[in-house]
Amino acid sequence: MGPLLELTEAYEAIRVDESFRREMERILRDYVGRPTPLTRARRLESALGGIRIHLKREDLNHTGAHKINNTVGQALLAKRMGKSRVIAETGAGQHGVATATVAALLDLQCVIYMGEEDMARQALNVARMRLLGATVVPVGTGSRTLKDAINEAMRDWVTHCRSTHYILGSVLGAHPYPRMVRDFQAVIGREARAQYLAAEGTLPDLLVACVGGGSNSIGLFTAFLDDPSVGMVGVEAAGEGIASGRHAARFPGGSPGVLHGTFTYILQDAGGNITATHSVSAGLDYPAVGPEHAHLREQGRIRYETATDEEALAGFQLLARLEGILPALESAHAVGWLASARSSLTPGSRILVNLSGRGDKDVDQAAARLGVKP
Amino acid sequence: MSRIRDAFAQAQAAGRVALIPYLTAGDPSADQTVELAGLLQDCGADLMELGVPFSDPLADGAINQRAAARALERGMSLSGVLQVASRVRGSRSLPLVLFTYFNPVLRMGLAEFAARARDAGVDGVLATDLPVEEGEEYRQILESVGLEAIFLAAPTTGAARIESIGKATGTFIYYVSRTGVTGEQSSLPEAARDNVLEIRRLTGKKVAVGFGISRREHVEQVSGYADAVVIGSALMKIVEEIGGGHSLGEQLQRRFRDLLPRDRPR
Repeated sequence: MGPLLELTEAYEAIRVDESFRREMERILRDYVGRPTPLTRARRLESALGGIRIHLKREDLNHTGAHKINNTVGQALLAKRMGKSRVIAETGAGQHGVATATVAALLDLQCVIYMGEEDMARQALNVARMRLLGATVVPVGTGSRTLKDAINEAMRDWVTHCRSTHYILGSVLGAHPYPRMVRDFQAVIGREARAQYLAAEGTLPDLLVACVGGGSNSIGLFTAFLDDPSVGMVGVEAAGEGIASGRHAARFPGGSPGVLHGTFTYILQDAGGNITATHSVSAGLDYPAVGPEHAHLREQGRIRYETATDEEALAGFQLLARLEGILPALESAHAVGWLASARSSLTPGSRILVNLSGRGDKDVDQAAARLGVKP
Repeated sequence: MSRIRDAFAQAQAAGRVALIPYLTAGDPSADQTVELAGLLQDCGADLMELGVPFSDPLADGAINQRAAARALERGMSLSGVLQVASRVRGSRSLPLVLFTYFNPVLRMGLAEFAARARDAGVDGVLATDLPVEEGEEYRQILESVGLEAIFLAAPTTGAARIESIGKATGTFIYYVSRTGVTGEQSSLPEAARDNVLEIRRLTGKKVAVGFGISRREHVEQVSGYADAVVIGSALMKIVEEIGGGHSLGEQLQRRFRDLLPRDRPR
């Protein structure tokens, strides 16, 4: 609790600090490349028929995903707290790359924990992190994926908390993480809302984003929570289908519990042990969902749906062939759900999809699964 | 009556530190945990800590992580640990404290867990990942059936939180000797002594020191200032090495005795 209290205090101080806000905005603009564009997806519209689709292009951020919005904020905070070392967990490797990147930029020592299974399926990102000067520590315990990487990062943090800040990558973990990460990601929705209004003169009817821990989705949704006309769908990974037991869909397949310091929906067995997850995308392969998502679902404000591995791969292919965009397999779940749910949407609906990351890291896996020869 | 309070009082009256060995229940088997708990009492254990294996043991180092994984593979669960406790209680009087993570307890339901733990003869519960700020309902439910809620303090815990922990905890506070997870270490941090004395002054509660106690000199040092000492990974390492072999009981007793202070009758 000591390190969490120290972090909460430091975070409360920088939230209202004008010089922190200016420094963060400068880096997001001049280094990350914000604002990211809003792209109308006309050929996808034609293919699906009768709906209007825009993509928020978080894939165009430096390092290729929305993750860097949060790592810039937390790394600046670490500097203010006088920490010389940052650590992080990573699943797909995007958060690890974003952390290694800001660590290089801001002269912080950097250690990344990554499950061995994820290291195998996201080898490109492992090399990127190492090239950026980070130490990547393989985690061979448990399911050897994101959950176990978080366990190992938390063990490191409690051991070295005096010198080290833990840059948690999603809206997970104990307070203040879910709120802090949401606040750093909320730039996505602030930009998207203004851009949509400027382009269309009205608000979208429906926002769609994938939900692993849930940072890209909460980052988009937060700016629209007070717009009652705007519906929201978070898309969880259904893997090989809920009935197969091989999935990462916490709402339909899980129940309330505590993992990593958070009370939320988790995948667990009758004895309260955490069960194995599966998703084609390493970034969604996690047994807990951010607690604010559980809250907003309970309030009825956000609807949660799922997309299977197959639907995600179909979304990947659609976007590649029709829009010339290779999305991350995580983000492809949002597109895949949209394609599958098209017939249930009101004709003329205005849809805004968060394209949270790009798919460079996934080309080997997607090529193999889609039968494309390299 | 509180068996935990009595055990601390007896050790204090005898002028010695209370010894609390830890075993992950179900490693190498439920039967052997029952047997080993008895053998440890025979060679001087004052209280017994039974670890509830959990899939994601965040506070544990490599030795106890592997022990939990082995126990889970063999089908151990919170219900199973309560059966182990009940069997130990059938023949033994030493206080039993469960060392657990919160989710299995929450999954069972706080009230059902408390009732079943009491019926099994458990005396106290330490939920490692439940901070005192979130633990009030849990504490009240445990206390309503006569169980002690034990809370942890760490080297980074400030005075205000130590006071809150002191008010909430049962007979003793479990002081984590260092920042970090369970597991063996070469030396204890020098600040441990001052911190323990400060915790006792602020709270008036007994203080047990754990995490990393793996050498006789550690136990001797801690004896000089704390009320109790917890020995975990050093024992689970023997369990890991010997596994289900016939000599496990004997080897575990030898290891435990090797850790006892020189001036203590064995």
